[in-house]
Amino acid sequence: MKAGTLTRGGRAIGVTPRVNLRRRVLPLDYARRRSLQALLVGIFAFLYFPIVALVAFSFNDSKRNVTWQGFTFDYYIKAFNNSSLHEAFINSMIIAGTATLVSTVLGAMLGLGLYRFRFPARGLVDGWISLPIVIPEVCMGVAMLAFFAAVNIPLGLFTITVSHIAFIAPFVAVVIRARMAGFDESLEEASRDLGADQWQTFWNVTFPFMIPGLVAGALLAFTLSLDDFVITFFTSGPGSTTFPIKIYSMVRFSVTPEVNAASTVLIVLTLTLTVIAMIIQGRSGKQMVEK
Amino acid sequence: MQDWRKNKLVFAIFMAPASFWLILFFTIPLAIVWVYSFGGRGPEGQTLIGFSFDNDRRALEWIHLGIIWKSVVIATITTTACLVLGFPLALAIAFAPPRLKNVLLLLVILPFWTNLLIRTYSWIAVLREKGFLNFGLEWFWNQADLVLTFVGLPDLLGDFQPLRLLYNLPAVVIALIHVHLPFMVLPLYATLEKLDKSYLEASLDLGASQWRTLFSVTVPLAMPGIASGVLLTFILSLGSFLAPDLLGGTEGLMIGNLIAHQFGPSRDWAFGSALSFLIMYTTFAVLWIRSVVAQRSEGGVGI
Repeated sequence: MKAGTLTRGGRAIGVTPRVNLRRRVLPLDYARRRSLQALLVGIFAFLYFPIVALVAFSFNDSKRNVTWQGFTFDYYIKAFNNSSLHEAFINSMIIAGTATLVSTVLGAMLGLGLYRFRFPARGLVDGWISLPIVIPEVCMGVAMLAFFAAVNIPLGLFTITVSHIAFIAPFVAVVIRARMAGFDESLEEASRDLGADQWQTFWNVTFPFMIPGLVAGALLAFTLSLDDFVITFFTSGPGSTTFPIKIYSMVRFSVTPEVNAASTVLIVLTLTLTVIAMIIQGRSGKQMVEK
Repeated sequence: MQDWRKNKLVFAIFMAPASFWLILFFTIPLAIVWVYSFGGRGPEGQTLIGFSFDNDRRALEWIHLGIIWKSVVIATITTTACLVLGFPLALAIAFAPPRLKNVLLLLVILPFWTNLLIRTYSWIAVLREKGFLNFGLEWFWNQADLVLTFVGLPDLLGDFQPLRLLYNLPAVVIALIHVHLPFMVLPLYATLEKLDKSYLEASLDLGASQWRTLFSVTVPLAMPGIASGVLLTFILSLGSFLAPDLLGGTEGLMIGNLIAHQFGPSRDWAFGSALSFLIMYTTFAVLWIRSVVAQRSEGGVGI
């Protein structure tokens, strides 16, 4: 081989004048390999087929059929008129609304405190507040059940909401900390130098910077609460059925297009909220980069 | 960062509310279950406080050990399958052109944002006796039958017998792979993305085959991500409750269901608590291993 020859993947490029007209697949261009592409298509089909089929067949004009019988909105109307489903949806909204409000405030303060202060056993506290995120949901569910039984609080909307706040606040804290990581502390120093006191600085400098993180955190909190099944399953009582719990009891009975319609509503709702949260976070990230 | 002593009041205002909430509504409940795990069951199903390892001993009884063992097997199969499927996927994403990369990443994350319960039960329609999979298989069967009749071999296959795909162990494993694949792909992608590609090029330049490069260079370099993904997937699938509950029937029960049963119909909270802490101890151990692995890989920068 001549000196100065470019080599790529063991093959010489530039010495042989042989030109491949088709775009040549470089050795590290894994995404353009046919075998890998086939595998990717297979994996994505596996990931998406069940959900796409579920959504599609909520519009199918047939009660229990895997073949397409025609388009209909009937099952959405039926689900909408199902009074217990209706009631479960309202319960879910009440719980998610309250849990979002409280967990956003608690989580934001916690995230800010952890971002700002150095204190003894900081690593330990950090691990402790991330526990609700990492332990299996069943463990947390039964722990909440045992606790409410021990202190004689009857299961209901209150117990569900309280449990939701406990596992959601750490998530919000994570989002807020991520947001604050891009904060320029000299802005606060400038504010203090110009004569503002601590609270003025917080409300006029720090807080406005936090807002995108707060909105994203709140949306995340809402979807987490709305979506939760396992913890709710253990902390709900007879009169406090939530939307996922209702879907679960319907599924146990039989998977009908009506359940699929209700599920589709939930999927669309959470996807929309999450996408909005992502856009807000992404935009604030970009602003940070531009600065 | 500020020392807390310099601004005690603000520190207290920020930290106190959430800490109070998490102590009262998270730590104390866990502590109660932890205390229960050493207790016993009274004659009317009440929980007696005590100190013994009877519950842990009971967990080792044949019937319970069977379920625990099955859970470990299911979690292991799930983790292995996720690794085998997730690694090529993560590799393809990490080496894809930037535009395609974002689309592929979004496609991996998107199922995360759909409800766990819905993702799990969506498999019922696929796997049940008159579900999509059996429907597809029947179609192929009939086509094959038609071809065989055409070449003069009628009735060789006979009528199509729908497969029993639901309410067994494979159904649980399939749903768990489906749910946990993103948890494997994301840490794998994170390490493969940062990986110095010149090592791979060097290996290929020096004459190693793609496979040799994969197993001698890429996989060792991606070890922190592999460890992280494997541990995460294992611990998450070990504590599963929904998939075995909806798809497992009696054959596919896991520890999570056993715990729920103790807190429900069996009313043996002490035993349920002991089982619950069995998973928790495992979780803590796995998290500890994970942090050790992470520290070691940080310490050994540049291989």
